[in-house]
Amino acid sequence: MKFLPREKFQNLLNVLRREGYHCIGPQVKNGAIVYDTINKVTELPIGIHDKQAPGQYRLENTDDSRYFAWANGPQAIKPLTFTPRESLWRVKRNREGEIRFLETLPEEQAIAVIGVRSCDMVAMLLQDQHFCYQKYPDVYYSSRRRGLFLIAVDCSHPADTCFCHSTGDGPSVNVGFDMALTELDEGFLVRVRSVNGRALLTDLPLKEVTKEQRTLAKRQHQIAIEAQKRRLPSLYKEASLAELEHPRWEEIAQRCLSCSNCTSVCPTCFCHSEGETPSLDGRTSEHYREWDSCFTVGHSYMHNFVPRDSTMLRYRQWLVHKLCIWHKQYGRSGCVGCGRCITWCPVGIDITEEATIICGEKNHAQS
Amino acid sequence: MPSHSFIQVAPNAYLPKEAEVIEFVKETKQIFTLHLRLTVPIEHATYTYDPGQFNMLYLYGVGEVAISIVSDPEHEDLLTHTINPVGRVTKGLAQLQVGQHLGIRGPFGRGWPMREAEGKDVIIISGGLGKAPIISVIHYMLRRRERFGHVTIVRKVKNVEEFIWPRLYEPWKKLPDTTILVASTQGAPDWPWEVSPKLKILEKVKIRSERTIVMMCGPEGMMCSATEYLVKLGIPERAIYMSLERNMQCAIGHCGHCQFGDKFICKDGPVYSYPEIKDLLGRRGF
Repeated sequence: MKFLPREKFQNLLNVLRREGYHCIGPQVKNGAIVYDTINKVTELPIGIHDKQAPGQYRLENTDDSRYFAWANGPQAIKPLTFTPRESLWRVKRNREGEIRFLETLPEEQAIAVIGVRSCDMVAMLLQDQHFCYQKYPDVYYSSRRRGLFLIAVDCSHPADTCFCHSTGDGPSVNVGFDMALTELDEGFLVRVRSVNGRALLTDLPLKEVTKEQRTLAKRQHQIAIEAQKRRLPSLYKEASLAELEHPRWEEIAQRCLSCSNCTSVCPTCFCHSEGETPSLDGRTSEHYREWDSCFTVGHSYMHNFVPRDSTMLRYRQWLVHKLCIWHKQYGRSGCVGCGRCITWCPVGIDITEEATIICGEKNHAQS
Repeated sequence: MPSHSFIQVAPNAYLPKEAEVIEFVKETKQIFTLHLRLTVPIEHATYTYDPGQFNMLYLYGVGEVAISIVSDPEHEDLLTHTINPVGRVTKGLAQLQVGQHLGIRGPFGRGWPMREAEGKDVIIISGGLGKAPIISVIHYMLRRRERFGHVTIVRKVKNVEEFIWPRLYEPWKKLPDTTILVASTQGAPDWPWEVSPKLKILEKVKIRSERTIVMMCGPEGMMCSATEYLVKLGIPERAIYMSLERNMQCAIGHCGHCQFGDKFICKDGPVYSYPEIKDLLGRRGF
């Protein structure tokens, strides 16, 4: 581990750009923190704090000199690899009616992402499993994923809706990164995990880490854990499907708008639908995929049978899949504790509360 | 995560191949069969599949649809799909003519357990319009008749219109060591088969040995009832196989629509042994 002084932070961006990376980092846009192209560290959300609660998200300006004193906004890093809409292929038709299929693979691009939080890091590893390490590797996802250089940041200011500690996915980052930072008042502790990450170190004005800095980092980590009041019950680890008839499902369905905000902000949701845009001249057509949600009627639609024809069944599918079925499919829960589905639910449905009630587990701490 | 670990060279399973309509057969007023040929000869010559697998058929400018393959994998005319036009894509496919072109991806999924069925008595049960995935297995067995024991084919329909391919059944009746049982809930004046409710026709099935395997396809309610009945008669649960259907878009386990509990029906199925899916079969919402 090394130390990068705060006033030298721009050097990291400079080195990345010199190495040919397109840099992406968090910044304030339309009242929320989102990821976008970044060239200067001054574009980062300096001094910004956030207030999150079920159905609520507000940013505040403070005189804090920190860059990362906030919890995740609505957007995970998921769109960088699993894009909201992408072309899969185009088809050309000639006058004889013969058709030819043309692959539209994304251009490979070296992208450095600064500020990835642990929950999103783990979520990307889960999506890697889904898209890359199954019987049919997804060439679109893989080619986007290959170009990523991930610079993670340990979470020091979890939101009220965060519960990553209870899912084992944070607040500090442990897996998946090329480089990870711990932000302290005077600068950053830097650690690397990949060959590419190590290669960058030599070009940075790094110092040795002092004992005091280590202590501060540990304390900060502990405070971030203690700040998290929500937790996910452990019962779901048994992948139990025993609670399908619990009366709470109907009660949730009375509140749930089936709007699919939760699946849009979820960093692990992978469902997508395919569609077609034919050109007006009848010569070409584009076949694309775009994010879909299990909260839509169309998700389970078949010509003779719609298995999930009510909000109750759709909410139940989402939660049971995320928290139980993922264990069977990918060896762990599909929830990384980012809390986005709580913050961005327009009616403030809290996944931790619902899961706790349905599991019947006691001592659920409400904030 | 070392980023070079992401697979660099993989076939793109999303990309269809071009095929041509060789023959268009009208089976009933609605139902039709497409005989197709991949336009690149080497691709057609090397194309193979297992009975019970399916293809994604693509209609230019409209989209894709999952259709089971009804032909015989070892026959020259090996890309045959029988389709009931009920949706956007299938209604368009119904307008195709000989010589026109479409796209094909496949084959996908896990088919019927043909190797396991060898040397055993086979009971095949189909209901409603769940006929196409099972017709390939019937043809497959009848062409390799010596590999299987007694074959019982049970077909249950609600009304006589659902009984497609009546002309196939007459010759089957004459085959040795083969029992054909057909019933409709509602009869018709010239209906030559039985008229009986629900799955009453199953009472006529004779289980001749412990070495029996069952394959079925149709509405899930029917398959649940049939399974319950057969298990009572002593057929082990693991010897009962069924083909399931869900919304399928990618066919390769990515898009999430066909999930049935932890199963991706497009990739792990559509054929399952009963113990694999009994927890959720017939449960509302799955």
